[in-house]
Amino acid sequence: MTALASPRAMRALLPALSLVLVLAGIAWLNPRAISYFGFSLMLNLAVPIALATVAQMFVIAGNDLDLSIGPFIGFTGCIAATWLNDTPLLGAAMLLGCIAVYAALGALIALRNLPSIVVTLGMSFVWQGLAILLLPKPGGAAPDWLQALMSVKPPLLPFPVLAALVIAAAAWFGLMRTSYGAVLRGSGGNPAAVARAGWSLLAIKMALFALAGLFGVLSGLALIGITTSADANIGNGYTLLSIAGVILGGGEFVGGVVSPVGAVIGALTLALAASPLLTFLRIPPDWQVGANGAILIIVLAARARIGRRSEP
Amino acid sequence: MAPSPLVSLDGVEKRFGAVRALDGVDLAIGRGECVGLVGHNGAGKSTLMHVLAGTAAPDSGRIAVAGETQRAYSARRARQLGIRCVFQELSLCPNLTVAENIRVFHPAIRGLGWRGRAAALIADRLDEIFPGHGIAATDLVQDLSLGRRQMVEVARAFTVADEAVTLVILDEPTSALDSHTAGQLLAFMRRAVAGGMSFVFISHLLGEVLGNSDRIVVMRDGRIVAGGPARDFDRDRLVTAMGGAKEDPAAAAIAGGARDAAPLRVRARPRGNSVELLAHEGEVIGLAGLAGHGQTDLLRRIFAATRRQSGIEVGAAVALVAGDRQTDGVFPQMSIAENISIGSLGKLLQGPLISPRREAALAESWRQRIAIRTPSMGDNILSLSGGNQQKALFARALASDAPIILMDDPMRGVDIATKLEVYDLIRQEAARGRTFLWYTTETDELMQCDHVYVFRNGAIVADLPRGAVTEEKVIQSSFLETA
Repeated sequence: MTALASPRAMRALLPALSLVLVLAGIAWLNPRAISYFGFSLMLNLAVPIALATVAQMFVIAGNDLDLSIGPFIGFTGCIAATWLNDTPLLGAAMLLGCIAVYAALGALIALRNLPSIVVTLGMSFVWQGLAILLLPKPGGAAPDWLQALMSVKPPLLPFPVLAALVIAAAAWFGLMRTSYGAVLRGSGGNPAAVARAGWSLLAIKMALFALAGLFGVLSGLALIGITTSADANIGNGYTLLSIAGVILGGGEFVGGVVSPVGAVIGALTLALAASPLLTFLRIPPDWQVGANGAILIIVLAARARIGRRSEP
Repeated sequence: MAPSPLVSLDGVEKRFGAVRALDGVDLAIGRGECVGLVGHNGAGKSTLMHVLAGTAAPDSGRIAVAGETQRAYSARRARQLGIRCVFQELSLCPNLTVAENIRVFHPAIRGLGWRGRAAALIADRLDEIFPGHGIAATDLVQDLSLGRRQMVEVARAFTVADEAVTLVILDEPTSALDSHTAGQLLAFMRRAVAGGMSFVFISHLLGEVLGNSDRIVVMRDGRIVAGGPARDFDRDRLVTAMGGAKEDPAAAAIAGGARDAAPLRVRARPRGNSVELLAHEGEVIGLAGLAGHGQTDLLRRIFAATRRQSGIEVGAAVALVAGDRQTDGVFPQMSIAENISIGSLGKLLQGPLISPRREAALAESWRQRIAIRTPSMGDNILSLSGGNQQKALFARALASDAPIILMDDPMRGVDIATKLEVYDLIRQEAARGRTFLWYTTETDELMQCDHVYVFRNGAIVADLPRGAVTEEKVIQSSFLETA
């Protein structure tokens, strides 16, 4: 069996293939978009989406689903645009506290054997409510250092592409290369076997959720660094985007099958398909949200079809 | 025997509800000894192994390892003492590579270069046990065939990261292996025994057990009924020890009319088999053999055979009594009456709606016929005891118009009084012309049948007419070997 024809190689190549397809579509519609400046513009929001997708990936690796990641990102964005700007120490402590709450949610889900969908759906309203308390109307200001970071113009590669590479490499190393990463993924594949080998499923679940919280906070920071001010509803679309990104990137809802590199590629694909592609197709803005949903369904259906055919 | 055996169990008992899985077991395993363990379905072998491996705590009795009584015995403690287990159900993470699975199994493998060390550990063992195995440490387990997964599972039990391995429990380790790799494993086991390692070896292939064990222990009904050096046993003695014949005089009450006289209802050929299963009108047909050897699969195919499919002909409507009550049987939200009537809604209709009066009448008639013990048939089904829930499921199947009733070992965990009532019911219904296909793991129930087919490895290996059915014969055929 050649390496390229193996089911494993096929699975790994699928996300990259969908990204190439979307890029080819954009290049055909508007060749000038394929440039340093074009990518900087088109991938403007790709960094927070990629971070949100990686956060969701950690949760999905443990056979759970996080329906609160969008409102959570919105809430952390609101913290970034208010407290982190006015009283940096208090703001940083708040953000660390948010990660601790995520770990506690993981503990609750593991200890009480609760369905994560219910717990996180409930939490999504809590985060949303807190964000509205903090910032009843759009406003606030991102700290200057954050704005500066998000508008860096590195040579050769546009910033979003460079950031995506760094995010993918960090998540890949942590989950796929470290020895504890193997245990984390194993808990999604066969939790009983992992427990029998002497590992604490509680600690594993808390670690996965804490990592999701960490990347959720980073996503909120990145988002506010780009938009420079916050809005309580700013992150709401990210729940669906993050789940779609993980699945598009080769992840499965159950079984601990996830790919960090694939997830980041999936996030980039969605970021490109979401707005630039539609604009180039001359779809009016009023219809873009609906068209976004349609594209998601088509892309995921295609993935499911191709994925099934390459099963061993 | 050596001054202190490696492991000794004294008076170990374990119950699951009313079932006595282990009823006072004494067992000693010496150093450098391979103990072969045999027994029929439900004899308690697997429970005993779970107790040894620390994954199930006994209700009473003493466990001693290397002469020391173990107070807080657990899976972790067993590991520390060097006791490893290869269970029948695969315990690998399919989404990880072979090397990563070794890492999960050994918390001691960590830090820089862990991947290489884990890979070397498993590769060494695989090379030693299964030369020419063709498995790479970087392969994902989900991409491996079932046989190769089993090879990884076996080899993993012998990998040593910190504590040494002293005793390995192999529960049907060769069932997923082909004859070549099974031979490799057995040869390795003998080499390891010569090197001082101990084994408990469970297999339903009696030739394997006779040829590779130092000592053989036979279990039956949660007790050890025979034991001694392997050379003192042969196939016949093992089979006799596993079960003595027990004829049930009451069974003679079933009318055993001439087999070919009544019209044929079901003709089914299991996959890869030349013997056909035949069932005529008014017959009770038993499906016997060890659990998981194709009986349920055939019942499901008969149930699904609405159109003619290869090898299966079904002459009438079919109803199924599921074996696993909780997952396949009861509707936990519904009342007893609704649980019974759901199989025959067509005749309860009044216009487009279900007539509550007819539903209640149907339920009431079955309550009287099979004595479901409840204050009201409108109560929730879960208010009934397990045996009475099972009766309600029988009522559901019998209340339908289906002339053919399939039963997938429905009497597991049902008390004896209920069983006798259900046997009566089956007899009455068969006398009215209904046909029963009854998969059961209990020999007493096979005595109730007009005709018994014994299954092994998905095929029918024996075709026993009424009168020829004895426990000895069923066990004999179940353990028959093609070696």
